[in-house]
Amino acid sequence: MLRADPATLSDDELLERYQRAAFGYFLENVNPDNGLVADTSRPNWPASIAVVGFALSCYPIGVERGWMTREAAVELTLAALRFFLASPQGGGEDVTGHKGFYYHFLDMRTGLRVWRCELSMVDTALLMAGILVAGAYFRGDNAREAEIRHLAEALYRRVDWRWAQGSSPTLRQGWKPKSGFLHYGWEGYNEAIVLYVLSMASPDRPASDDSYEAWTATYQWENIYGHDVLYGGPLFMHQFSHAWIDFAGIRDAFMREKDSDYFENSRRSTYLHRDYARHNPYGFDGYGENLWGLSAGDGPGGFRASVERRTHRFSGYAARGAPFGPDDGTIAPWSYPASLPFAPDICLAALRHLADRYPQVIDDYRLPSGFNPTLANRRRFGGDGWVSEGHYGLDQGIVVMMIENHRSRLIWDLMRCNPHIRRGLGKAGFSGGWLSQPTGPAAGGGDVA
Amino acid sequence: MSRERTWAAAFPVDRNDVELIRGAHPPRWKNPEPDGPYNLVVIGAGPAGLTAARDAASLGAKVALIERGLIGGACINVGCIPSKSIIRTARLYADMRDAESFGGDAPRRLHVDFDRAMMRMRQIRQRISRADSAETIAAEGIDLYFGEARFGGPDTVVVAGKRLHFRKALVATGAHPSGPAIPGLAEAGYLDNESMFNLTECPQRLLVIGGGPLGCETAQAFRLLGAKVILAQSDPMFLPGEERDAAQILSDALAREGIEVRLNTEVVAVRGEGGRKLADLVRDGDTTTISVDEIITGVGRSPNVDGLGLEEADVAYDASGIRVDDYLRTTNPHIYAAGDVCLEYKFTHTAEATARIVVRNALFRGRERLSELVVPWCTYTDPEIAHVGLYPAEARLNGIPVKTYTVLMHDVARAVMDGEEEGFVKIHVREGSDRILGATVVASHAGEMINAVTLAIRSGMGLHALADVIHPFPTQAQGIKMAGDAYRRTRLTSLRRRLAARWLAWSRR
Repeated sequence: MLRADPATLSDDELLERYQRAAFGYFLENVNPDNGLVADTSRPNWPASIAVVGFALSCYPIGVERGWMTREAAVELTLAALRFFLASPQGGGEDVTGHKGFYYHFLDMRTGLRVWRCELSMVDTALLMAGILVAGAYFRGDNAREAEIRHLAEALYRRVDWRWAQGSSPTLRQGWKPKSGFLHYGWEGYNEAIVLYVLSMASPDRPASDDSYEAWTATYQWENIYGHDVLYGGPLFMHQFSHAWIDFAGIRDAFMREKDSDYFENSRRSTYLHRDYARHNPYGFDGYGENLWGLSAGDGPGGFRASVERRTHRFSGYAARGAPFGPDDGTIAPWSYPASLPFAPDICLAALRHLADRYPQVIDDYRLPSGFNPTLANRRRFGGDGWVSEGHYGLDQGIVVMMIENHRSRLIWDLMRCNPHIRRGLGKAGFSGGWLSQPTGPAAGGGDVA
Repeated sequence: MSRERTWAAAFPVDRNDVELIRGAHPPRWKNPEPDGPYNLVVIGAGPAGLTAARDAASLGAKVALIERGLIGGACINVGCIPSKSIIRTARLYADMRDAESFGGDAPRRLHVDFDRAMMRMRQIRQRISRADSAETIAAEGIDLYFGEARFGGPDTVVVAGKRLHFRKALVATGAHPSGPAIPGLAEAGYLDNESMFNLTECPQRLLVIGGGPLGCETAQAFRLLGAKVILAQSDPMFLPGEERDAAQILSDALAREGIEVRLNTEVVAVRGEGGRKLADLVRDGDTTTISVDEIITGVGRSPNVDGLGLEEADVAYDASGIRVDDYLRTTNPHIYAAGDVCLEYKFTHTAEATARIVVRNALFRGRERLSELVVPWCTYTDPEIAHVGLYPAEARLNGIPVKTYTVLMHDVARAVMDGEEEGFVKIHVREGSDRILGATVVASHAGEMINAVTLAIRSGMGLHALADVIHPFPTQAQGIKMAGDAYRRTRLTSLRRRLAARWLAWSRR
């Protein structure tokens, strides 16, 4: 529940509260010994390497906003970076990573692989993006910050991106010791631009130059509900890479052809999600002008149930998308701050509507992974419907970062100056906009102390 | 090799089947005596062979048609016709279960009469096959031979001890189900997409191997007829090659109906145990074992090329079938092939279309090309998934900039009225123009709707003009026109709007 009345707050005050509440997740769920951060706040949950990437990106925001001291941020950052460099790598079972990549979920204490999970390429990329933020932000002239810069560079450089292509031009999604590269289809536009940018920029083990083009060959440019969009169903696909890279005004070959850019595409996709909720083809409760946003996130569970004489299949943690589904009436409310820079008006309106109409799903300004008002007073669910238990690190991380990018552009500006990011974007064919301007004074990970 | 019991009876199952055989392969049929060379000898009386023989005969050609099994080929006997008949019954049960959402009363206890569903299928099959009975074909002036055909040289076919000389020949022998090479599967017993039509009881627990069109249709139909179905697909999505959104919608529909969907899953071993079949499924290196009553495979078809003496006739072939050029000519310039035996896309309608090309090219020195055919296809799940032309990824790989106009079926009024809102119409055009490159339709009647787009592509009609084609209201096919309307709206550039506004303002003066 909310402890203060959000309706009385100005937009900036409101955003500050949501941002700070989300930021708190990382300090509450980090193991200070190794810097690992739990995937969710649920008891005994393992760490997610992507969440660590978000945490490393959020610490500088915490410092700038005065929510943590620079020393504390350095401490946690160093703990994580030292852990990842020293932790065991190899092709066997009981390790932390392989070929410079890391397993998706790690034991919070030992740092070893859990749940027989996959070595994850995109989650490693999100981790590396966070590591590069740390290297870019901590420019202090002292041994500890110099160590951060050194470790960041070393960790990024040792990732063997070419290996992760397997025998194909595009990057594989995952790998397991027994079965090798996972056989998941990963075509079409998604959250992976930052993966391709980082992989192509690598000074030592880059992905081949044709990888990005091979990936973008699977794009689909569509006119849906009157919007011309590069389609990606769940909203997080339009947010995650954007947390680190400001895509406004820079274009690759595809976007030059379409006379658009990825920032504009995220804006349109946000509106498309709102339009989908207005259509509300399945008649889910609450959907409309100010309740929208399907994304990857927690869900009420795997069961089939009839709602208003229609059979629906409700899922647990899953990627939900609009307009082609899947859609089980579960809204990811963190989508509003996460899309804030693209479409501030409708995101703020939705955020206010959420607090006004569904205050019970918000835990002192911290947003749940998902909630489902359609299930109110159905099956075993109470009057609030289903609300995700606890909080997820990915959701909290994107909330902190995108609100910050909206307020101050801090992460975007840091990464604009990072030579790896610029080189990767260049190799992927991006040009124009800020890429044609010289870098600012905050040089990136290239000039290692 | 001893096979465990399957739930299927032996063909013929009932008197409908006996009647079918009487028409499609009369037991006491007397083969004609060859009288001089034929203009065209056709091997195989499936859709391709029948079409070619009839077209040629109607133009005055002397034609021989040879069939070793039943006239009609896979389509009538073990393919589209029986499967779509069963799917109709399956849809009926789906509607009965969903009766409330259509404003009706759902039966309190729904009893599925599987036997009746199969009997209806056999009746329909027999009825449709009557049009192609042996007697009818002979009455059309075609010399019909039953027996195994074999080339006896570059211009001779031998059948049932008779030598048939030809000026031109057509191989239209079709294809047969290719059983997957899974250890233990043959010993444990299984059904394929042909033998499954002899089932007399619905298996309670069914494993369907393969998430292509055959596997998805089969899994859904049996689920709706009351079986607990597990659908194992080695690829990460169903219908590999189709657009991911189409596969996504189908995947959701299958899961919603209660099919246990296992993607990225290989069936690595099968064994029989106490009348049941145990199958080992592997996903990402992890193995699980499931127990089922029956296994149906739907994983593809192999061309019928064995025993034809193709070598003697200098006709080259490989595992994917007889090699043909764009004019459907084999490596022997007097011998052509059509249909499943030589085509990648094994559909009845492509078999018939290629047979027509062969008649023109072989008998009248035509120059019609396989590559110029505009071939639609449809997977008859609910919703159906139909496609024609290029996919966006294909277009992009060929350097063609492509833009898709998408209409959601939930915006099509008739689809809402019919409670059939699942799906979309996507029409792909060359960016900057209205030239239609292809289309995918996912809808309850997508197979009917795709025809308008095929016609437009075939006749060179653009998406802009398609918007001018008046569709009766309300019909689901309006979704096609609505894509044209969406195209038109994007052409209303700000300049055009400004000019129009200025004109209208002037008109008011």
